Amino acid sequence: MMASSYNAKEEDAHHSGASSHGGAGAVKSKKPDNTAFKQQRLPAWQPILTAGTVLPAFFVIGLIFIPIGIGLFVTSNNIKEFEIDYTGVKTDSPCYSCAKNVSWNNTTPCVCSMDFTLEQPFENNVYMYYGLSNFYQNHRRYVKSRDDSQLNGDLSALKEPSKECEPYRKSEGLPIAPCGAIANSLFNDTLELFHIDSNGTRNPVPLVKQGIAWWTDKNVKFRNPGANSNLTIAFQGTTKPVNWRRPVYELDPLNSDNNGFINEDFIVWMRTAALPTFRKLYRIISKKSGSNPTLSSGRYVLDVTYNYPVLSFDGRKRMILSTISWMGGKNPFLGIAYITVGSICFFLGVVLLIIHHKYDTRNNSPDIPN
Amino acid sequence: MTVPKDIPEKWFTVVLPLQRKKRLDGGKPKERRTEEERRVRANDREYNERFQYASNCIVTSKYNIITFLPVNLFEQFQEVANTYFLFLLILQLIPQISSLSWFTTIVPLALVLSITAVKDATDDYFRHKSDNQVNNRQSQVLIRGSLQKEKWMNVRVGDIIKLENNQFVAADLLLLSSSEPHGLCYIETAELDGESNMKVRQSVSVTSELGGPNNLASFNGEVVCEPPNNKLDRFCGTLYWREKKYALTNQNMLLRGCVLRNTEACYGLVIFAGPDTKLMQNSGRTKFKRTSIDRLMNTLVLWIFGFLVCMGVILAVGNAVWEREVGSLFQSYLPWDPPVDNFLFSAFLSFWSYVIILNTVVPISLYVSVEVIRLGHSYFINWDQQMFCSQCNTAAEARTTTLNEELGQVEYIFSDKTGTLTQNIMIFNKCSINGQTYGEVTDQLGTQPKRMDFSPFNPLADPDFCFYDDKLLESVKVGDSQTQEFFRLLSLCHTVMSEEKSEGELVYKAQSPDEGALVTAARNFGFVFRSRTPGTITTTEIGRTVTYSLLAILDFNNIRKRMSVIVRNPEGRIRLYCKGADTVLLERLHPCNQELMSITSDHLNEYASDGLRTLALAYRDLSEGEWEAWSENHRYADKASDYREDRLAAAYEEIEQDMMLLGATAIEDKLQEGVPETIAVLSLANIKIWVLTGDKQETAVNIGYSCKMLTDEMTEVFIISGHTVQSVRQELRKARETMIELSRTRDGGKEEGMERWGEACFMGNGFREGQEGDSTAAGGEGEGEEERGGGGRKQVRCTPPPSSSPNFMDISGDFALVINGHSLAHALEADMETEFVLTACACKAVICCRVTPLQKAQVVELIKKHKKAVTLAIGDGANDISMIKSAHIGVGISGQEGIQAVLASDYSFSQFRFLQRLLLVHGRWSYLRMCRFLCYFFYKNFAFTMVHFWFGFFCGFSAQTVYDQYFITLYNIVYTSLPVLAMGIFDQDVPEQRSLEYPKLYEPGQLNLLFNKREFFICIAQGIYTSVVLFFVPYAVLSDATQSTGVPLANYQTFAVTTATALVIVVSVQIALDTGFWTVINHVFVWGSLGSYFTIMFALHSQTLFRIFPNQFNFVVLRAHYCSRSCG
Repeated sequence: MMASSYNAKEEDAHHSGASSHGGAGAVKSKKPDNTAFKQQRLPAWQPILTAGTVLPAFFVIGLIFIPIGIGLFVTSNNIKEFEIDYTGVKTDSPCYSCAKNVSWNNTTPCVCSMDFTLEQPFENNVYMYYGLSNFYQNHRRYVKSRDDSQLNGDLSALKEPSKECEPYRKSEGLPIAPCGAIANSLFNDTLELFHIDSNGTRNPVPLVKQGIAWWTDKNVKFRNPGANSNLTIAFQGTTKPVNWRRPVYELDPLNSDNNGFINEDFIVWMRTAALPTFRKLYRIISKKSGSNPTLSSGRYVLDVTYNYPVLSFDGRKRMILSTISWMGGKNPFLGIAYITVGSICFFLGVVLLIIHHKYDTRNNSPDIPN
Repeated sequence: MTVPKDIPEKWFTVVLPLQRKKRLDGGKPKERRTEEERRVRANDREYNERFQYASNCIVTSKYNIITFLPVNLFEQFQEVANTYFLFLLILQLIPQISSLSWFTTIVPLALVLSITAVKDATDDYFRHKSDNQVNNRQSQVLIRGSLQKEKWMNVRVGDIIKLENNQFVAADLLLLSSSEPHGLCYIETAELDGESNMKVRQSVSVTSELGGPNNLASFNGEVVCEPPNNKLDRFCGTLYWREKKYALTNQNMLLRGCVLRNTEACYGLVIFAGPDTKLMQNSGRTKFKRTSIDRLMNTLVLWIFGFLVCMGVILAVGNAVWEREVGSLFQSYLPWDPPVDNFLFSAFLSFWSYVIILNTVVPISLYVSVEVIRLGHSYFINWDQQMFCSQCNTAAEARTTTLNEELGQVEYIFSDKTGTLTQNIMIFNKCSINGQTYGEVTDQLGTQPKRMDFSPFNPLADPDFCFYDDKLLESVKVGDSQTQEFFRLLSLCHTVMSEEKSEGELVYKAQSPDEGALVTAARNFGFVFRSRTPGTITTTEIGRTVTYSLLAILDFNNIRKRMSVIVRNPEGRIRLYCKGADTVLLERLHPCNQELMSITSDHLNEYASDGLRTLALAYRDLSEGEWEAWSENHRYADKASDYREDRLAAAYEEIEQDMMLLGATAIEDKLQEGVPETIAVLSLANIKIWVLTGDKQETAVNIGYSCKMLTDEMTEVFIISGHTVQSVRQELRKARETMIELSRTRDGGKEEGMERWGEACFMGNGFREGQEGDSTAAGGEGEGEEERGGGGRKQVRCTPPPSSSPNFMDISGDFALVINGHSLAHALEADMETEFVLTACACKAVICCRVTPLQKAQVVELIKKHKKAVTLAIGDGANDISMIKSAHIGVGISGQEGIQAVLASDYSFSQFRFLQRLLLVHGRWSYLRMCRFLCYFFYKNFAFTMVHFWFGFFCGFSAQTVYDQYFITLYNIVYTSLPVLAMGIFDQDVPEQRSLEYPKLYEPGQLNLLFNKREFFICIAQGIYTSVVLFFVPYAVLSDATQSTGVPLANYQTFAVTTATALVIVVSVQIALDTGFWTVINHVFVWGSLGSYFTIMFALHSQTLFRIFPNQFNFVVLRAHYCSRSCG
């Protein structure tokens, strides 16, 4: 018989029998590459948590966090804050009658005055906030009910607002500017502050209404449509939101930098809150020149033009005055949290140290080499 | 090559007178649905076309360019997970429900779908390519009397094609004629069944006379045969030609996938083409195996769905309450969307909204990541140099990529012996001739016996052959007739093919290595098998060339366990030579052999106890008359169309009688390298090893000892070899009693256990009375189970209760069980299997000998059923396939016995010793990595998703998300996917040497400790805890916080970004803590993920993006803001 190309598998030459040797050609070796990757021998760092590494970590965390916490807590405690609820739930509240009668289509403004006393003087810039409770600015349908294109001055969106704005998209056939539920529910109480001096006269406290919004909101996100020359013309063909008393181009007719979509009160409102109880910056009371405190201690009157109904859904309205430190406003939780975490770490460190010293019987235990 | 004088009977084609009329025009209707028989007429394309047989074009690809998208998508959406996400996507398109933009689902879904599609497409592209390559192979087709080149795909059923040496067979052909005498040709079937030896095929004699193309062009025979099927070794058909009928068998067929060898050319008639060929019919899909982690994962995913629905319901109820108490009053600011008119409807919608936003607890990326990790592990197995066998140039191969982590949980290994534990390289070691034993143990210590040099005596000797006993050669030289007859038998009675490349350089190709060893032994002792033709065998007997005419070959099969040849020597004397298993052969000897038989039996037992494989040899002289009578008989049986096999066996049985014993051979099958060490390591890892072998008990036990499965230190080795149900039961029970006895004496006994035992005994007695007399009744499983039946006719034995008792589990000490095939058959019966499992599983080692392939599978199934343990079957031969397929993990040894086992297996390599590396290193790591991966994966998604749940209580249950939608989209696919993948692929707890040095490290996998329901709940709890911290700390910090400019921080955007950033950092720290093996890749992925988060966050908050899409990216500009104020 003739030869054939028979590739015998290479066997140990000592075995006879079946493993006959044919013309064993040079077969390409299928041996896998000897690379560190393929052989799973990549150099690696194998961190092994031992008492020697974990215990110091606990102590270091503890020792860093506790001072930070104390610092934050002290700072927070030095911040002065004053809060007054002017919803008018109780009958003895000055705003009770206003709260009773207020509704969106009320044309005659209802004004009520709240007296209060500051025990301590407020130094530096004082910030005036309005706070709302039980108001769900974070509701899904509420959050999405806006048209950012329109607010950014897009002309087509001005005339044809996004569907997300429903049911505040069009009113009587005209597009609403600004559209949506957020804009529609714009907070429209007016708060004024008066200082009652020793002879009983009301001195108005000057309130700055610019610089209260986020810079990017004011300069990037919100823009008036058109060239910003004449807002009345720019907003022609649109209508005001249903609940509003004035159209958007009359929010601050005297100051073109604060009118229309770039009105800062409007911008502040449009930045939706994360939680149902929130506060929003309303005005800034600038520091006075000289050594006088911005708000000296004494009697004050808060005049509220009561327009915004919240009682129907059991909401609350507050006015807050606060000073600010390097860490922001009053926020005791942050300090407490740091102190707590730091203490727990420190405590655990001590406990583990004791356990380690008491029960560590492994002497020269076989360390697994790398 | 000598011209054969005679052709053996079995190769004669059966020529029968035409019995039934040809139904030439009685063609079948054109429908091809169920083909009952196939009719093919040679050289008549019009006729054959009427049947619309499949063409020879094969299509293994699934798609083409047009159908790819729809078909592939359809297939992918059959996966539950994908459909689920499609359903979510549809939900998101409903504006009232949509709590998330549609792209949060479609981006991951599209990513997953496209990755799968790309993989499918590449697979299919390669299939197209190989299809094309195969379909375009050239073959020579006889068309209108001349040979023309045709592509394979254009070959039709009924064509006659010409094949040349070393060509692949294009379709299933009926061999018509060949260039070799008698229409013979040789084929290699390696691609078909993996056997690399050559096989002979012969054409029907009438067609072999036709010879070349000229005559064949006018051949118009018609073949009627069975429809296409997948039986490789069977073909049944009839050729009608010139008013005559010829039976066709598999012997006449050349199957597609074979290669023509040692034959210049041959002609064949295409019977089955393309998809109808046996090769294609065999390429079925294999059963899909799933791992226990897979099943656990599916359960957990279902639970999570349940949990998801619960959360949805809680939040929906919350929504109903809120809408009634608050929302309805709040309508002046936020009216209900038009279809919603009451709080209940709103709650209903909010349920679906929450299902959408909470669906990330079961992220779509889970399944993809698991697949990726497994694929990585499979590659590591394929790449492992230490599982590469340089001798056979084969690397380990993970043929299934879905089972890796189960390799870390194996508790039972079922191993074949021959070829798996042993090398399956046979060495002629000893023999017994006429009551005289020859051959020394080759590896004796001390004096190394001299290796014999055959070359001066016999120039044709194989230089590789080793034998150490000169006496045998002396005996041959002296001319001892028995010894010569012994070797003559070995040189004649076999089916080996020889190849002589040059004078004296012989190469034998044997179907089994045993045969090769025996023929080689005969060659070295001067009886050289030179060549064979169908009718002759030519040998060189001590330098003298002798040609025997081969009258008949009585084939070997597993039932007969012997083979015989009938030859006529040049002097004209007819003799039958038979070799076979001693059990069958010794029964068929002439009574005068009694004395020799007893001596030889002793020798045989001696050999077997040395672990050698034995065969007995015998001959019988036949007179001319006896031969004539029998050959007539045989011819008749061969012709028979029904029960042909049985009739042939009966005919063989008839002549294999009254034989004269010549002696016995003993062949050594050497243990593979490293087997004892591997077994020792595996048993230290608490893996129980069962050897299932076809060998006889003595051989098996000896192999057991030599590979350290059985040791002298073992407390006891039980041998079960009963032939009846009762005796087997009794033996099993006795074994267990002894075990308990021994372990009690070791442990000092346990009172409690004793009490329980007594109790059970009492119960058993009561039960027994009711069952009196009905000893074999199959019954349910119960406490009294083993008390029933049994051999205890007279006395009621009291054995301890089954595994429910702690007593039984306390069995200590090393026991081993050896069970015979016939006993195993009883032990596997329904009413005894529990007893068998109980006894066998208490043993360290179990050896089942004389088992059939089916029993192997049954044993595996039994353990799977009763033990809930992961089983692994390892084997190399076709007889192991059933076992390999039924075990959880099948491992094929690519060794001497072809590749069928490998093809059926999930993992394959070439040495048994690689098993320890596969299990203890790769399996262990895979399990560890997969568990760590799953724990972390569930953790990170719960931490991520549960924040929405807490937020629900503060946003009026409105399904407002905490994070912005881009974060939700990218969280699972960008920010957190890669670090955990890197951990899942690369993590190592201990280096590989350690897991081999300390096999106990394997146990957590067997006990399923690293990922189970408990671990899952711990992960979930940790995830929920993280989500609580992630939500409430920012809540408390931000609710009153203002910036240093006095602007409050509690707006939605700040809250979202703070929480998201905290989440990404926390989750990254967690993966950093979980990762135990920080390679460069881990570093890159962990830091890269954090980096990508911040990069993408800043990009998304940039003014540019906002200017382009003010409505989509309204989360503008934290950075610009801070900068403008604080930077100047």
